[in-house]
Formats: sequence, C-alpha cells, structure tokens
Amino acid sequence: MLEIKGLEKKFGSLHVLKGLDLEIPLGQITVIIGGSGTGKSVLLKHIVGLIKPDRGQVLLDKRDLNQLGGEALKRERMRFGLLFQDAALFDSMSVFENIAFPLREHRSDLAEAEVVELVKRKLLQVKLPGIEEKYPSELSGGMRKRVGLARATVLDPEIMLYDEPTTGLDPITTKAIDELIVQTQQDLDATSVIISHDIQSTLRIANRIAMLHDGKIVASGSPREFLESEHKVVRDFLTPALERIEINGS
Amino acid sequence: MITAIARSWQLVLSFVSELGSFLTLFYEALVACFRPPFRWKQFLKQLEFIGVHSSFIIILTGLFTGAVLALQSGKAFRLFNAEAVTGSVVALSLMRELSPVMTGLMVAARCGSAMAAEIGTMNVTQQVDALKVMSVDPVSYLISPRVLATTIMMPLLSIVFTVTGMIGSYIVAIGILGINDAIYFDKIDQYVEMQDVWDGLIKATCFGVIVAVVGCQRGFQARGGAEGVGRATTQAVVYASVSILVSDYFLTAFMY
Repeated sequence: MLEIKGLEKKFGSLHVLKGLDLEIPLGQITVIIGGSGTGKSVLLKHIVGLIKPDRGQVLLDKRDLNQLGGEALKRERMRFGLLFQDAALFDSMSVFENIAFPLREHRSDLAEAEVVELVKRKLLQVKLPGIEEKYPSELSGGMRKRVGLARATVLDPEIMLYDEPTTGLDPITTKAIDELIVQTQQDLDATSVIISHDIQSTLRIANRIAMLHDGKIVASGSPREFLESEHKVVRDFLTPALERIEINGS
Repeated sequence: MITAIARSWQLVLSFVSELGSFLTLFYEALVACFRPPFRWKQFLKQLEFIGVHSSFIIILTGLFTGAVLALQSGKAFRLFNAEAVTGSVVALSLMRELSPVMTGLMVAARCGSAMAAEIGTMNVTQQVDALKVMSVDPVSYLISPRVLATTIMMPLLSIVFTVTGMIGSYIVAIGILGINDAIYFDKIDQYVEMQDVWDGLIKATCFGVIVAVVGCQRGFQARGGAEGVGRATTQAVVYASVSILVSDYFLTAFMY
C-alpha cells in the first residue's frame, strides 16, 4: 500500500497541500483528478521524493520516503517510474540513448547487444519501432510521451506515475496513450498513479479515482461511485465534461 | 533609516546564502569526483569542450594581448632608454596576472555561460528531475565532470595564453620596436623565476573552479522557462567575472 498521510506544503504564502490523506492500493490504476493549479503535480513530486513536505508522510511499505536520504532514497526511487508531463527526454540524446540510459546506469550486467534488444522491444511495445536514431526535437508530442513511457518502464518499475499523460494530445493519440497505460499496467503488474484532468480518459482506464480540491482529497472511489457522487465539487467537475456538446450555430 | 538598514541586512543575508550555495555545490561536486560511478565519458566530453574548443579564442586573445603589451611598454620604456626590459615586463605581466585573468574571463564567457544555459534548460524542462527519479545523482552526472575538466583545463589554457602572448610580444618587440632579440631573451631569463609560473598556474586553477561552480550553480537555480535560463546565463558570466577579479586581488596579495 502506498499511503499519504497529512501532507502539507506551502510555497511562500501559497498553501498548496493542506493535510492531504490518500491510500493508493497496489496493483491498480488510481487516477487523481482536479482542476488546473490545484497541486496535482506537486503531490506527484512528493510521492517520488522530488519535493519534501512541510508536514506529513508518504509511506511505501510503511517506510516514510521523506525520511530517507542518499542511497536509501535512491534504492526506493528505483521502484518508481515517472512519465513527466512533457516527457522530459534528454534532448542531447537520441531516442535509443534515452531509453538505454537507465539500463546503462543501473544494469551494468547487461551486454550492449542485450541493451539494444531491450530498447527495440520497448519501442515495439509503445508502437514506435525504428525511431532509435531520431532526436526528441524531431518527434511529435504523442511520440515523445510514448518514448518517455518506454524509458520510464525499461527497468520494470513496481509503481508507475504519470503526470498528465494525455494533456495536449489529439483524441486518437489520447486513446492510444490510454491503451498503452493499461497495457503497461498489465505487463508489469504494477501500481499506477495518474494525474489528470481529462475526465473521459480517467473513466476509461481508472480502477479508482480521487478528487483533489483546495489542497485535500475531497472524494474517492470507483469510477461508478464517482459518477454517482453527489459531492458538489465532483459534480461541478464532471458536468461540463459529460454534458452533450452544443454545436456552434445550431 | 530603519528601512535602509533592513535592506542592507537583506542584501548581506542574500550574499551569504548565495555564497553558501556555491560552496555547498563545490563540496558536493568534489565528493562526487571520488565516489563511483566515475563519469569518464562526460569528463572527456567536457575536457574537449573547455580545452580543445576554447584553444582558438585563447590563442587569438593571447597573441594580441602580448603584442599590445609589448607595444605600449616598449614605447614607454624607450622614453628613458629602458626598452631592453620589455620582454621581461611582458613575460611577468602575462605569467603573474594577464594569462590567468584573461583566460578566466574568456572561459567564463564561453564555457561558464554554456554550462548555465545547458543545465538551466535541463532544469526548467524537468530533465534534472528525470535524472533524480532514475536514481542518478545530478551533481555526479552534470556538475563534477564540468568542475574537474575546467579545473584541469584552465592552467593549460593559461600556458597557451602565455606562450602565444610571448610570441605576439616577440614579433612587436623585435619586428616593430627593433629590440635586439638576444637582449630580449636575456632580460626574460634574468627577471622571470619559476615561482612566477607556478603562481600564475595556481591562480588559473582557482579561476577554473570559480567558472565551473558559478556556471553550474546558476544553471541549477534557473527557474521560469526561457527567460529564467537567459537570466542564469547572464548571471553566470557576470558573477564569475567579478569573482575572478576580486579573488585575483586576494590571491595576489597572498602570493607576493
């Protein structure tokens, strides 16, 4: 169980997280939704230890990640994979070098031929075979996300984190990324935590949904429970996304 | 009055905090140099970037600095028939002061700015965070190879600056001012000591540390997209240049 207890974070006078509590069950896809600027990405950075909280705990197997430092934190981070919002690919490296990077850093036991084989396999899994020699600047947003996913999963992490994986993508690419997330979840048997404000995408892939509002989780449950929720914040968030589209001029 | 004192106190605090940040990063980079994994590929890449790729600009500035120094000092010494010491004055000026300082300023402009821009861009595009998430220490991967390579390359570039400066000085002194070349070399031999060479190299090594640490630290602190990276790059050059000139005074006072 990945457990977040009483998480608080302030940036100057801006109180972003106000005692946030959340339980993330292992082996499932949990989507954390909320409006823009509500602190979803800040929460994700706390989970992986990129930001230290002012108060509260992030417990993985009952160990507080924020109390760890140096080598212990590095070891725990090896259990995570993170797909950044803009993929955060190393722009001075080719696609091959990007995906091979974690292998070269942490799997020195692998021969170069095995690294090449693994990278090729990962690119095939994200449906981008044959782009090894391209550079991130030559890729579209959707392709960059898929290469980022290949890099994040190349060490077979136990917990996959996604920071707004479908933001800025067209509906077809969004669906393809959704399918990849589900596929990755099944292949790795991993726990997935997704930050999103794309409600349709969320309902398509989530096992559990948690709603972040005003620095706290205000509602959580299965997609069905979420759709039936009477909580005002949840209703306000869901209604515009689910109502029928009025065509301009009709 | 109270506001002025409060502002001054804030400035002092901010200076101390920045200085602490530079020293902490230098310490971390130094420790990472001696802790595996050793980043040979990054280190050699930086040696090439800082050393080999800076050679041309160092040769060019060295040549003309030596030439103009010989021209100015030669003409001034001629007023009281002492032009024979032109070579030794140029040699001492270059070795003790101009080579390390000018090389430091050139490397700060060319490489310190590039370090700040590269690391700053990586920072604002979350590439540094990506390294951390992949359990790769950004200090060991990005900073240590740069600090080590600059520290090693700066004295070597300073030697290149001195040698080309002396060539420029020789051309002007012998070719234009008509000084006898045997006397030119004899006076250099008479006045220049090995300690002058060592002092210049020690200064260059210190300036190398300053350029790399300032460039990397500014890059690490970059926030706010392209504007933030631009600001970090400018600050890297300004901070490094000022630090070189200020520390040069104290190093000189300590050495002589």
